[in-house]
Amino acid sequence: MKSLLRPRLADHAGTIRALERRGLLRGALSLGALSLLAGCDLTDNDAVDKVLWAMSRWNDRVQAFLFNPNRLAPTYPASAITRPFPFNAYYGIDEVRTVDPEDWRLEVSGLVTETRPWSLADLRALPQEGQITRHICVEGWSAIGAWSGVPFRTFLTRIGADLRARYVGFRCFDDYMTSIDMATALHPQTILALDFTGAPLPPAYGAPVKLRVPTKLGFKNPKYIAALWVTNTYPGGYWEDQGYNWFSGS
Amino acid sequence: MTQTAHPRPKPAHPLIVRLTHWIGAYAMICMILSGWQIYNASPILPFTFPHWATLGGWLAGGLAWHFAAMWLLVADGLIYLAYSLISGHLRRDILSIAPRAVARDFVAALTFRLPHEAGRYNAVQKLLYAYVLLAAIALVLTGLSIWKPVQLAPLTALFGGYDIARRIHFWLMTSIAGFLVVHLALVALVPSTLPSMILGRPLRRPAHQETQP
Repeated sequence: MKSLLRPRLADHAGTIRALERRGLLRGALSLGALSLLAGCDLTDNDAVDKVLWAMSRWNDRVQAFLFNPNRLAPTYPASAITRPFPFNAYYGIDEVRTVDPEDWRLEVSGLVTETRPWSLADLRALPQEGQITRHICVEGWSAIGAWSGVPFRTFLTRIGADLRARYVGFRCFDDYMTSIDMATALHPQTILALDFTGAPLPPAYGAPVKLRVPTKLGFKNPKYIAALWVTNTYPGGYWEDQGYNWFSGS
Repeated sequence: MTQTAHPRPKPAHPLIVRLTHWIGAYAMICMILSGWQIYNASPILPFTFPHWATLGGWLAGGLAWHFAAMWLLVADGLIYLAYSLISGHLRRDILSIAPRAVARDFVAALTFRLPHEAGRYNAVQKLLYAYVLLAAIALVLTGLSIWKPVQLAPLTALFGGYDIARRIHFWLMTSIAGFLVVHLALVALVPSTLPSMILGRPLRRPAHQETQP
């Protein structure tokens, strides 16, 4: 069982974070006040942890139920775009990894009929759509950006994905990972974004390809995508395995 | 004295009011302390809450607490509101606020001469409880609007959009925290109110009840 409390130290370094990926309950100190109120044993974080994880799974189901596949995220005029758009990752901006766009390929696997890798040119040849939507971070801040690219539903149809499968998983070349539910994957505003504010996606925002999902929190919008797969097996994710709510719908 | 000859007097606070009060208090404190944890991840004012005062250890823990305790708070609040509406508790004991009585009791409270009878709310109490109920409802609504700004977009728009709704949510929390300070200070001033909120009656029954035939 992973634990939700961790020492404050881990707020800073990605390496420590990676070592400590075991839990929701970390750094029991802050639990003190509540544990006294609840009359529960400070040393028994496991029980609290299990309840929190169970509630998070319950919240996944509630959010899947609340999710309306036809409800569009509000869109904004170009004048509302946040400039500069904030950089955010589990590491600092000086650690951003890049690839040669010519060499980059998107690998596809799982419950699909077409498994050939996709080049950027292949993706550019597909129909493109744009959106100006609000990106909301799990931390609470938000910013408005303009993304365009291939509607993900179009892409999933092209690769012969089983659209009744439960999940789509994403692996990124910055060692990030996340996954989304199929209903969200098929939402009309979920796009494989190739451009940001009219120009090819810059490295800070996920070059060459990120998934833009305006119906989910920012960490469910993987950047630097290297591979994706369609599956019925819960794929989890980098933050989700540490305790962020998996569905995290907006 | 036997129970048959002297039936228990009506409790100062009905059991359901006492239960929903304490469960609601626990849920609200969980919401506030985990909310501080979430606030700290992206502060909107030039300060953060001290780590020891927050719940959850880090952002994911704070969010997990917040989105767990919200169910307890909402369920508890709905039970309390349903009971209060049906029984008349809300109309009789809380919404029956007369402006003149508020002014009178406010002055009395400031001069420490406020009469306090177990189970009967004075006008200042009525005003505070009416406010805290309204603020709690508004907190839940603004909370929903920033949790689901797409699925509940009209609600989010009603609160002025995501960023403003988030700030309203914060200030409502602040007002409830302020209420808690006043509420606890008043309990400290009139400590005899505490047993009746737990047991439903004062620790010792008033003498006149003992001598009734």
